Amino acid sequence: MSQTLNLTLKIWRQEGPNAKGSFESYQANNIPDDASFLEMLDIVNESLIENNQVPIEFPHDCREGICGTCGVMINGRAHGQEIGTATCQLHMRKFNDGDTIVIEPWRAAAFPVVKDLVVDRSPLDKIVEAGGYITAPTGSAPDANEMPIPKDVAESSMDAAACIGCGACVAACPNSAGQLFTSAKLWHLNSLPQGQAERYKRTEEMVETMEQYFGSCTNHGECKEACPKEISLDFIAEMNKDYMKSKVKNRKKAGQK
Amino acid sequence: MTTPIVTTNNTMAKNSAATPLRSKPKQLPFPLNLYQTAVGKKWVMAVTGLMLVGFVFAHMVGNLKLYLGVVTHHGERIYDADVYAEFLRNLLVPIFPETVFLWILRLGLLAAVVLHIHSAYALTRMNINSNDRYESKRDWLAANFASRTMRYSGTIVLFYILFHIADLTLGLIPGYDWHHGAVQSNVVGSLSNPIVAAFYLVANVLLTVHIFHGIYSMFRSLGLNNPAFDKIRQGAAAGISGLILLGNVSFPIAVLTGVVDYDVCAEGVTASEENSCVIEESHDAA
Ligand code: FES
Repeated sequence: MSQTLNLTLKIWRQEGPNAKGSFESYQANNIPDDASFLEMLDIVNESLIENNQVPIEFPHDCREGICGTCGVMINGRAHGQEIGTATCQLHMRKFNDGDTIVIEPWRAAAFPVVKDLVVDRSPLDKIVEAGGYITAPTGSAPDANEMPIPKDVAESSMDAAACIGCGACVAACPNSAGQLFTSAKLWHLNSLPQGQAERYKRTEEMVETMEQYFGSCTNHGECKEACPKEISLDFIAEMNKDYMKSKVKNRKKAGQK
Repeated sequence: MTTPIVTTNNTMAKNSAATPLRSKPKQLPFPLNLYQTAVGKKWVMAVTGLMLVGFVFAHMVGNLKLYLGVVTHHGERIYDADVYAEFLRNLLVPIFPETVFLWILRLGLLAAVVLHIHSAYALTRMNINSNDRYESKRDWLAANFASRTMRYSGTIVLFYILFHIADLTLGLIPGYDWHHGAVQSNVVGSLSNPIVAAFYLVANVLLTVHIFHGIYSMFRSLGLNNPAFDKIRQGAAAGISGLILLGNVSFPIAVLTGVVDYDVCAEGVTASEENSCVIEESHDAA
């Protein structure tokens, strides 16, 4: 039997990028405990619309933890208190009746608020555009197993590729650093044979683009705790190593410049 | 024919006005181009930090000589700490003239300190500039006291080091009778003042906190990423900084409790010298 919860919400409302925002209090009553966090916001929005009020704008899309669109600060934690869970997969049964929940958008100088809880995360795209691709020959499909990849390597690459680009790492970081995101995108390709051709150029370009938007890592480790995919901090070390190599190698000879 | 496969994550890219907070600087020649970037500055912080931790550890071990009291050195009764100081001034003699190698080491340390502070300053500015404060209270999961207070512990340690050099190396702090090379009497003279001793205690606790996060971070900044390190990283950081803490806080406590003291009469050339203290002592011995 599902139970219902009565909650007090403190939600950041902001009309537009240049408007001044503030916290507004809302009463959310009779929320079923099997609703997801986003469904709870839907219920609140329905009642706002019924009362001719402007609904709360919040980021969402797949609602199954794979697209990386959702993400808000819930009681001071990115994606809420559940480890390894995106906001859309956080369920109301994790809260208690009578709780007060504070909801704030991601904050970083490079993530300006668009409206209410929605921020512009396009700097993450800029980083991917700088080198998050491989050059693949087109033509007929390659034979299966033509390129042997050890299982450990494939798994390590997949662990990095699990990043959904939600920006929780930046949001959780006291320095607003983008290291966890960038290093995951790098290791995804840098660890595979297909990624070798552009490896050092990619590392250099993506790190330097990252530094145009975000802060610098001081190894707090908040990003990993916030990450819905529990991306490992070890990728940051790999990025630092590859970045140094990218500067040290004579890449003119290697054809990467 | 090649086709780049571009994967993007957020659909808002097209109509966004995401302007960079800072532009890419024009590349200087290697290795200066590394220092232009934050990742490169972290390398510099880690390498200079490693040098400084090495120094702090060796300094602590050297100070343990304070516990050895008076020894006979070339037929002379002298405090072991003073012998050690003399040894440092004579490092690599006769390859180098006296104190020259010591100065080379000192200049290396000074360069490390300057680079460590400059990169910390530049990165801190970058971080403050990239940050946008939360209006609600944050609930920290991983950041600890050490990691969150690096800039404050570092600043206080800097002032402590300046005071320490003015106090014991240069003898500029009044309150006791400073003599060049007289390590034992200078240390005891300085730390007998409870206020100075308390300052040394607090500063060394902060130094340890700073070193703890420093050692923990260093591996990642340098790209040393063996899963075998991961398990020992925190332990190694706690172990090394713990040893440094134990040694360094013991000195002011030992002076205040009299475990380490300075006695003019204990020193002297030989018993035959006309030193009243020495003669008395030799009578006692007889
Ligand atoms: S809405 Fe797609 S990950 Fe949450």
